[in-house]
Amino acid sequence: MGFIAGLFMVFTFFVPHAVGTRGSEMLLEWARIIGAFALILGLASLFRTHWDKIRRRQAQWGYSVVTLASFAFMVWAGIIYGTGEGPVGQRLVTVKSGALFEWLFNNVQVPLDATMFALLAFFIASAAYRTFRARNFEAVLLIIAAIIIMLGRVPMAELLHLPHGEAIDTRMPQIYEWIMQFPAVAGKRGILFGVALGAIATSLRIMLGIERSHLGG
Amino acid sequence: MEDILNRLQAIDRRWLYLVIFAAVLVPFLSGLKLPAGVPSPATTGVYDYIERLPSGSVILLSVDYSPASLAELEPMAKAVVRHAFARGHRVIALALFPEGAMMINRILDEVVPEMDKTYATDYVNAGFKPGRVAVILGMGKDIIGVFEDTDAQGNALSKMPVMAGVKSYKDIDLLINFAAGNIPFAWITYAHEQYQQQVGVGVTAVMATDLYPFWKSGQLVGVINGLKGAAEYENLIQKPGWGAAGMSSQSIAHLLIIVFIILGNIGYFLVRRRP
Repeated sequence: MGFIAGLFMVFTFFVPHAVGTRGSEMLLEWARIIGAFALILGLASLFRTHWDKIRRRQAQWGYSVVTLASFAFMVWAGIIYGTGEGPVGQRLVTVKSGALFEWLFNNVQVPLDATMFALLAFFIASAAYRTFRARNFEAVLLIIAAIIIMLGRVPMAELLHLPHGEAIDTRMPQIYEWIMQFPAVAGKRGILFGVALGAIATSLRIMLGIERSHLGG
Repeated sequence: MEDILNRLQAIDRRWLYLVIFAAVLVPFLSGLKLPAGVPSPATTGVYDYIERLPSGSVILLSVDYSPASLAELEPMAKAVVRHAFARGHRVIALALFPEGAMMINRILDEVVPEMDKTYATDYVNAGFKPGRVAVILGMGKDIIGVFEDTDAQGNALSKMPVMAGVKSYKDIDLLINFAAGNIPFAWITYAHEQYQQQVGVGVTAVMATDLYPFWKSGQLVGVINGLKGAAEYENLIQKPGWGAAGMSSQSIAHLLIIVFIILGNIGYFLVRRRP
């Protein structure tokens, strides 16, 4: 069945005939519905994982209590409390400005999420000092490229001047752009070709039934 | 000397954290303003494309990032929306990423009052739709149908003036994807390649290298690259915001990391030379 569906979609991609297009549109609609169910599956999985952890009193189960309580509160805020106006059935909030759900998102989730990501700056600084070593020729090249890219990414370089008074920034962004547009693009294209060929090979394996790991086998 | 070297090599990482924290915080508190850099051709690619569109053109915004990437992507998204509104374009915003719909609200809530635009007439938030590739492909046939004729607030899209004449990609003049994940690749593969939709992207700096090949090949009109790209765009529209403000912190943090690399390597080589 997977082989037929896959082949059909490949065929309609290259031969956009009206009959095939109607079929592919129907399959795409199914995919959108399945996509929505995948969200429900994800939520169910989150709930089950943390519930099991609490039930078995596993290490740090307290965090799971916080996770599930926060989850339940956000569901309540979004679906049951909603806009806080009118009967419950009509309160369902979508993304209405000023709703409790939006307040929680902006004042709890945004700072927490941003903080988690911001920690990366500290780890990068620590790694730069402790592990970014010029151990061999390749590492030296990497360090030089990294320094040029970092300088090219900041307007601060405009403030730095060469001994004869010329601003470094006039050449640093140019070197940065050259690295980004040529060596980096060349390397990336090689990787992309490899990934694309790998994706085609994997798709064929799935269509032919050789690859079944996605089915849990 | 040996004692200093040993101390340098074994420095507690919390000192490094403290220095980097100060480097980020001080420019914000002091209001330090550094000169803006020259806009990169990747950024001007998006700016010029919007600039060339006739007034009333339709720009589709796909906002696909979570608050984790907000610091880099929100300033550029706001700058692009300001530019689009200033040029008199219509903006249709959607999200393929769950948090995206809320991020759209954050952008519009700030920009709309400044620009005196009307919901449903000048812009709309179509909200989040799960399915990614299926949604992108579906929009090639029927944009309103994919969103089941409903915006993020439950209103009928088909009755909105902003959606007048908008059926599929052929009615969209430019699609701009603000993303921190792999969604831009889906827009390029399916919307651009299958439906010839013009696409621009605004991405985090770490993703820019992945997108440059597509810009160089003409599959993207431009790439707004990280916080620097946001600051460049803000300068292009002559409305400095958080992008430009953040560049001072980023500049000093970058310079500090360069100093860390140099110091770390000096220590490494001196220790290695010891008998």
